[in-house]
Amino acid sequence: MTRIDDTFARLGAGGRKAFVAYIMAGDPDLETSLEIMRGLPGAGVDIIELGVPFTDPMADGPTIQQAGQRALAGGQTLEKTLQMVRGFREGDAETPIVLMGYYNPIYSRGVGRFLEDALAAGVDGLIVVDLPPEEDEELCLPAQRAGLNFIRLATPTTDDKRLPKVIENTSGFVYYVSITGITGAAAAQAADVAPDVDRIRAASGLPVIVGFGISTPEGAAEIAGVADGAVVGSAIVKLIGERRPPAEVLARVAALADGVHRG
Amino acid sequence: MPEDLINSFMAGPDERGRFGDFGGRFVSETLMPLILELDAEYMRAKTDQSFWDEMHDLWTHYVGRPSPLYHAERLTEHLGGAKIYLKRDELNHTGAHKINNVLGQILLARRMGKKRIIAETGAGQHGVATATVCAKFGLDCVVYMGAHDVERQSPNVFRMKLLGAEVVPVTSGRGTLKDAMNDALRDWVTNVRDTFYCIGTVAGPHPYPAMVRDFQSIIGKEVREQMQAAEGRLPDSVIAAIGGGSNAMGLFYPFLDDRSVRIIGVEAGGRGVDEKMEHCASLTGGRPGVLHGNRTYLLQDADGQILEGHSISAGLDYPGIGPEHAWLHESGRAEYVWITDDEALEAFQLCCRKEGIIPALEPSHALAHVSKIAPDLPRDHLMVMNMCGRGDKDIFTVAKALGVEL
Repeated sequence: MTRIDDTFARLGAGGRKAFVAYIMAGDPDLETSLEIMRGLPGAGVDIIELGVPFTDPMADGPTIQQAGQRALAGGQTLEKTLQMVRGFREGDAETPIVLMGYYNPIYSRGVGRFLEDALAAGVDGLIVVDLPPEEDEELCLPAQRAGLNFIRLATPTTDDKRLPKVIENTSGFVYYVSITGITGAAAAQAADVAPDVDRIRAASGLPVIVGFGISTPEGAAEIAGVADGAVVGSAIVKLIGERRPPAEVLARVAALADGVHRG
Repeated sequence: MPEDLINSFMAGPDERGRFGDFGGRFVSETLMPLILELDAEYMRAKTDQSFWDEMHDLWTHYVGRPSPLYHAERLTEHLGGAKIYLKRDELNHTGAHKINNVLGQILLARRMGKKRIIAETGAGQHGVATATVCAKFGLDCVVYMGAHDVERQSPNVFRMKLLGAEVVPVTSGRGTLKDAMNDALRDWVTNVRDTFYCIGTVAGPHPYPAMVRDFQSIIGKEVREQMQAAEGRLPDSVIAAIGGGSNAMGLFYPFLDDRSVRIIGVEAGGRGVDEKMEHCASLTGGRPGVLHGNRTYLLQDADGQILEGHSISAGLDYPGIGPEHAWLHESGRAEYVWITDDEALEAFQLCCRKEGIIPALEPSHALAHVSKIAPDLPRDHLMVMNMCGRGDKDIFTVAKALGVEL
């Protein structure tokens, strides 16, 4: 059982939906980023998705791309992101942390060393966009053996024939990408998403969280109404990019959390 | 794997798309179903005689193949050593080797019923070739090009527009070829159901590296036959410039199992291969990593962030290299060297004056290496260099580098 499994067990018992919030580590700088991260659980966030900056984020729209560039320009590295997790864990032993990013910074550090350091820092799960099931031996299987959840993305192009392969080595939850597209794009309709969520939940036996294109409390409520939770990323990152004070960012996060928890 | 344990260098990739440890399919889930479909369709086409009949017909009548294998007599005399042949792929329609591959991919797109074609381009040669073939077949064409490259390659931008393509200047990242490829991948993820991504080099997720190599291998196959006809034997060495490495792979592949043939790839050394990283020599100055769907040698920092590099040649200005080259490098079957901007410029001018051929800056790198090694080789050493593109597109860059105002 990881913190992720515990969180879903607790939420499920109360009939509540999970609110997953994404921020980019080190955006706009390490201190501000950690301050916002520390405030997320109090604002109603159930799971924190912490973006690992990469120069070439192929699945991300302009908002997250720019966040990564801001972080890298400020000197953010994978090492500093792990430090940030350690810093967060000093005051919070419960909130699950999922690192989300691309494979090369992890590969560059060395998979074995990365997994050891991530576990020691208090990371619970990984979402690595450019590692489909065809490449499971790279990181997915070693991560699961090390005790981390490896959370897979399922998409509208993941048909019934392919779905078993996608969920085979998945744990924690399944992240359903509601649209064919990049982060921050137009939102999917809850009615369109519902059948896919049911299909994936039935096949995997895991909670299904929906992300991509959710930006308002209302939208979050609708999506959460047909899934086990919702992810919001670009809408939060955009405020951070505008250098809004952390308190204002967290107030918006709280409104989004209310939306999800209403769903 | 040590070279003496390998039966054939032509067997790759394996079913996972790997050349040794390199290659693979490192893409997001949204693209995987389409990539598997493409792989299956390519496997069918590869063994379908009618597919190749159509290719050869177009290569002959539309592209102008076979391109000549030309004995560069005055260059040979000037260098005073090896007998130098140029494979004249710069005479192809659209002025470079790029169209060999584009035709194959567009025929495949037609077989798959895709009506919208996207491509990335650096110098604009692949973009022009793609726009050309799309015009011929009446397909929508969108070309992603770094904003910086749009500026320095404006004649090619205009060509693409004349041919009916939409050119999208890419401002994300630093606005070069790598960023154009990122944006093309973002477009593909968004429009995955009706769009075919026509990749311009032997990189990307499997099956692209193998497929592009197969389409470009017409270069090496012709050289084998032409050299047989001219000299009655195989060449002793084959040399080509490398950015992503498609013209080189096309020349090298048919010779991989002929151990007597020395194979040399020439990377762009920019301002020199050192810690300042002002070059694009991924093999000599980079290390293995994962980018754009495959594992290969990349220019990157200690944190695994991708570096931009530099080359006078926009077509070589890419921080990676095709995975098969990475494998040929590690297995020792091919050797990889680098040439600086200045050396390439000198070779460019030498070729103009000695042979009456204005080469592109890309093959000028290969020519610079030929100039270095040919003098020390015997006169019966047969050397083939791939003249993969013509230099019309580069005259502004060259003029600027030489301090001439046009």
